[in-house]
Amino acid sequence: MLNVIINGKTVEAEKGATILDVANEHGFKIPTLCHLNLHDMDYCNHPVACRVCMVEVDEGRGPILKPACDTYVSDGMKIETDSIKAITARRTVIELMLSNHPDDCLYCTRSTNCDLQNLAHTMGVRENRFQGKKSALGKDRSSKSIVKDLDKCVLCRRCESICSEVQTVNVYSPVHRGFDTVIGTAFQDSLHDTPCTFCGQCVSVCPTGALTEVSHVDRVWNKINDSETITIVQTAPAVRVAIAEEFGEAPGTISTGKMVAALKRMGFGYVFDTNWGADLTIMEEANEVVERLNKGTLPILTSCCPGWINFIEYQFPKLIDVPSTCKSPHEMQGAITKSYFAKKLNIDPEKIFVVSIMPCVAKKYEASREELSVDGLQDVDAVLTTRELAEMIKEAGINYVGLEEEEYDHPLGESTGAAAIFGATGGVLEAALRTAQGWLTDDKATNIDFKDVRGLEGIKEATIKINDLELKVAAASGLGNARKLLEKIESGENEYHVIEIMACPGGCVAGGGQPYNHGDRTIIEKRMKALYEIDSHKTLRESHKNPDIIKIYDEFLGKPGDHLSHKLLHTHYFNKTDIVK
Amino acid sequence: MACKCDNEVCYAELDKFIAEGHYDDPDSLIQVLHHAQHLFGYLPREVQIYVAKKLDIPIAKVYGVVTFYTFFSETPRGENVIQVCLGTGCFVKGAAKVMESFENELKIKQGETTEDMQFTLSAVRCVGACALAPVVMINDKVYTHVDPSSVKRILEKYLISAAS
Repeated sequence: MLNVIINGKTVEAEKGATILDVANEHGFKIPTLCHLNLHDMDYCNHPVACRVCMVEVDEGRGPILKPACDTYVSDGMKIETDSIKAITARRTVIELMLSNHPDDCLYCTRSTNCDLQNLAHTMGVRENRFQGKKSALGKDRSSKSIVKDLDKCVLCRRCESICSEVQTVNVYSPVHRGFDTVIGTAFQDSLHDTPCTFCGQCVSVCPTGALTEVSHVDRVWNKINDSETITIVQTAPAVRVAIAEEFGEAPGTISTGKMVAALKRMGFGYVFDTNWGADLTIMEEANEVVERLNKGTLPILTSCCPGWINFIEYQFPKLIDVPSTCKSPHEMQGAITKSYFAKKLNIDPEKIFVVSIMPCVAKKYEASREELSVDGLQDVDAVLTTRELAEMIKEAGINYVGLEEEEYDHPLGESTGAAAIFGATGGVLEAALRTAQGWLTDDKATNIDFKDVRGLEGIKEATIKINDLELKVAAASGLGNARKLLEKIESGENEYHVIEIMACPGGCVAGGGQPYNHGDRTIIEKRMKALYEIDSHKTLRESHKNPDIIKIYDEFLGKPGDHLSHKLLHTHYFNKTDIVK
Repeated sequence: MACKCDNEVCYAELDKFIAEGHYDDPDSLIQVLHHAQHLFGYLPREVQIYVAKKLDIPIAKVYGVVTFYTFFSETPRGENVIQVCLGTGCFVKGAAKVMESFENELKIKQGETTEDMQFTLSAVRCVGACALAPVVMINDKVYTHVDPSSVKRILEKYLISAAS
């Protein structure tokens, strides 16, 4: 242990720690911008690029300014985090950064939620002494999911680190030099023409408005207010445990009933639950597991996550027959809405506009996939992220926290505990296991909790015994972890039968469309805990026991995997390697 | 410096260079790009992708390196590459005027190539010969203490050899 003196107070510090680590530990707040350390997912963005964390350091030769994030403590080191020199240096750095930043906070999506704006505000920057050249690179609106506004980029490189180190997709790199430096793609190609999976993790770590989702807000408002259109909305499992954060509630607050009430107030015709679609997915997927088990064509990979599906299409084209052919839950739900439900209500499916509320930005791209349609009608017409829904609720002046809870509409609103946990890494796998076990044991098994596949770890594995069968299963979240498992499958070393993959580290609770967590991963844990709480409070916790699911097979679909199911609920994948040219 | 060989030969030469020098790892990127530019005359998109795959480096990273160094060019370069040093030492000794003189003589701007593909004019930041400032490099030859008025004379030699 070493002794260092911070602002006159002697504190103990570990050798090898940075000034930032030690100061944080002892309650001295040093502002940061580029620095981001997310321990649980082996992510540390440490480019020492922004110099916002400057402090005065004296190691016996007089005080000098150093960046706290990259200066390691030494015994007897004197550190001033709040000296006039340090504060002035920080303010100058921010002013310089702002001198090449658009002054359009009033119109920016990130306004009031922007790390740069917040920093400028707390550091008391009220005017800018520097007026210089401004970059004019414009926006990349080529993709269906992510808008890239390079003029708002502060070169913190968080997006590059998460894309390369955590997701191993490697879309970004600093390109050009000096003032012209941008965090760009190869050949400055538009995102649409890169192997970007649209997972949106870059959006979730971006400190400014440089990376945001493609907004569907106006389109949805227009449809809600179009008397010719019947708008039907559905909400993903992970939205209900996160959206309350946007209204000042504690992370992990479950607000399903309030969310439903808000959607009804906004004017949606019907409010359905994607959890119902999740239960339906399990019926089809568990059936596929059992079928492929008998045929000997395992392993099977889950297919709920569109970011992950993009990843396999770009990076592992030889394996595109391995994922389940099941559409993702909201796509299934959309297809059923426009067939079964339309028929039930005797409405023309062309008049139905299906909106999915998703924790995800890749879902926007997914919804636009041509093959995710039935008879020329897209299964889903618009996708709003959790953040966009919150924005609309605020816009409509709805007092979210004060709302009386309401129930989902029927018949696509009832769901089981198995569906609830889809939003956490391992959840889809556990849900599929519950049903597969139920079918193989005639519902005689007493334990339906597969706790080995729960939690935030990147790769979880378990051996599940059902009758005489030993199923080896794994769940990976984060595309870097997915890559590890896929490489094993490709080389023939794979030992698993069923593998769940989610693109975002932690699963949908940490999706690219969720409320910004500003680097606080405990928020993700709380959201995850809330999902398991929903599950534990449900009377029905296995998808195949959902009465409305049983009913739709009786009335409409026949059996899982039957002809109609195939037409409405299954899809196919493409080799997209030629994108990388 | 324009492409001296047809593509297939160039790729084969590049493969040989990488194999013989054991350059098939990410750390060798600069050497490999250097040699690729020597072979192809410049670094078009296809060559950058080829190098990225060969060395197992993300394409974005290769592109980042290519765009960072002024030495690397993404467009075909002229037979003669003129590099005017605009580093601090040369700059204070009047390198900007030297550059201007080249621009006027060749009727192109910094970073451009003459229509007849004879000359490419570019700027470099310090060639490490500050005592001899201002310095200009044409291909591998170094010209020292260059005066704006001597630019025409320097160029004549290259114009003659181009004509012959």
